[in-house]
Amino acid sequence: MAARDTTAAPKAADAGLAPAARWLKLAGRQVGSVLVTLLGLLALTFFMGRMLPIDPVIAIIGEQAEQSTYDMVYAQLGLDKPLYVQFALFIRDMMTGEFGNALFTGNRVADDLRRVFPATIELASVSIIIGIGLGVPFGMLAAVYRGSMLDHVARFIGLLGYSSPNFWLGLMGLILFYATLGWVGGPGRLDVMFLDMVPSRTGLILVDSLLAGEPDVFWDAFSHIVLPASILGYSSMAYISRMTRSFMLEQLGQEYIVAARVKGMSRWQVVWRHAFRNILVQLVTVIALAYAFLLEGAVLTETVFAWPGFGRYLTSGLLAGDMNAVLACVLIIGIIFVGLNLFSDLLYRMLDPRTR
Amino acid sequence: MSDASPTLRAWLTAEVTTSARQARIQSFYYGWLRLRANPLALIGLLILLGLVVVAICAPLIAPVGPNDQDLMRRLAPPSGVHWFGTDELGRDVFARVVYGSRITLYISFLVAIIAAPIGLAVGTTAGYFGGWTDTVLMRINDIFLSFPGLILALGFVAALGSGIENAVIAIALTAWPPIARLARAETLTIRASDYIAAVRIQGASSARIILRHIVPMCVPSVVVRITLNMAGIILTAAGLGFLGLGAQPPLPEWGAMLSTGRQYMLGAWWIAAMPGLAILLTSLAFNLFGDGLRDVLDPRSE
Repeated sequence: MAARDTTAAPKAADAGLAPAARWLKLAGRQVGSVLVTLLGLLALTFFMGRMLPIDPVIAIIGEQAEQSTYDMVYAQLGLDKPLYVQFALFIRDMMTGEFGNALFTGNRVADDLRRVFPATIELASVSIIIGIGLGVPFGMLAAVYRGSMLDHVARFIGLLGYSSPNFWLGLMGLILFYATLGWVGGPGRLDVMFLDMVPSRTGLILVDSLLAGEPDVFWDAFSHIVLPASILGYSSMAYISRMTRSFMLEQLGQEYIVAARVKGMSRWQVVWRHAFRNILVQLVTVIALAYAFLLEGAVLTETVFAWPGFGRYLTSGLLAGDMNAVLACVLIIGIIFVGLNLFSDLLYRMLDPRTR
Repeated sequence: MSDASPTLRAWLTAEVTTSARQARIQSFYYGWLRLRANPLALIGLLILLGLVVVAICAPLIAPVGPNDQDLMRRLAPPSGVHWFGTDELGRDVFARVVYGSRITLYISFLVAIIAAPIGLAVGTTAGYFGGWTDTVLMRINDIFLSFPGLILALGFVAALGSGIENAVIAIALTAWPPIARLARAETLTIRASDYIAAVRIQGASSARIILRHIVPMCVPSVVVRITLNMAGIILTAAGLGFLGLGAQPPLPEWGAMLSTGRQYMLGAWWIAAMPGLAILLTSLAFNLFGDGLRDVLDPRSE
């Protein structure tokens, strides 16, 4: 991010040994810092689990249990061991995906997560497509026609997106488009009559129904996903368009743009052939972050739309006071965040020759 | 300011200032002029001031108390008597929204005065000392930043238990890292200045340098940052309330009102719609004002 004064990005990057070694070293340091962060995530979630005001033993066996049962479970949970041993055991469990049992569903948390995750991935993916599809053009137009009415309108729509509580938008959307107008499907992923009609291969109903050749199921799933995805997509659109605008403005202020214009290229030729190419890398990193933020937004949106995904699982676990489920969810979101950050960082380094 | 007497105007705009106080007031005055030129920021400021007035004068503005029930008039639609309608217990939604502004301002104020000092302390310490202190503090900071705010707040509330105070603590724990990062960046640019070196040569301790000479320089940008983050803080608080983990009923917290309104939303849309509009308006106001404030206070914008 440091080298901003360079004009057009040099095309040919020398692929000698020295840069490769340097890159490896950088990547190594990156991985090291990610490992430290992961350890910190684990420590933080462990700490959360220990702050619990409810006695974890009583949460499992109930208050009427005998003292001997209590002691047995106490030992089984490893609560009699020193704190650092408990932490080591916690790390081992988390790393092997052994999150324990979810008391409120009666299943293993790992199995539950495997079941609910595809629903969230489907929702977030459709949302990000909406967010990119609207956000990038909006941001580009706003930058090219800076200061115009269009710019102000785009900025205001973006600000509204930042400022509105998405769970409220969801409720209002349901009242208007589902209850009043009947344009979209209601809460859930499918109407009851279509449930379990297609075999689950990917877990994504939109894909599964197409694979099974069931257009009816596809359209039903589509009518259910379109409202929550639009509302989630709106907030990522706000973010993406704002970033696109500022990246674009930065490029359009560079001298090479003036040079290209003087050379005789049209405004949009310059925008697409030069400026847009130069912001692509930055844009990809922003999109990766936007995707991560969608997972956060999904927690509330899924609650509103009774979407059987990750967010609703987390909130049900919270309301049931089930720390196993909550900690697993918090940890996994943290890991996804760290992973996406690392991914965008490495991508940046690989694609942008200026960072070499 | 247009009706200010010419001597005051002259004092405010004098090229050569005669005291530090005059210089400070002048910079405020110029800041205000720039803020005034930004209509959107002004609108944001007006909404926020209006909100403060509403919160202070809630008993005068609300026709009835927030928990006064009128079971004969349950779920009444908006009308001349009940501007925002009534809820499932016949409580006036307008009165509840008005009183709810107190809770929202209370939460955001508490979060700000908890998170800002923590962020400032961590950021300036890390930036000033550098080295290992910096690495360790910023690593901790990164760990907090690697969780999305709402998820982290949910985790803390789950551990601490629900309730308005715990929600404040949880949100504050998620709100300090961006401030610390900002304060560190500011400190890094200040650290090598001549005036810091001069103070150090005079024998000032590290604590004194940080508190008296670095923190004041970071305050403007931290204020802007907090204002901009306030919108997110309000949304997080409302989200916690909506999930039933923040302020508990019968408190007229906007998020909690939304979640009860959700059960009646098909017949009585106003119970959920009105508090949501209030949340939207408040967080929009903070965003507009924060944007304007950033333009005014950001030294790079000059």
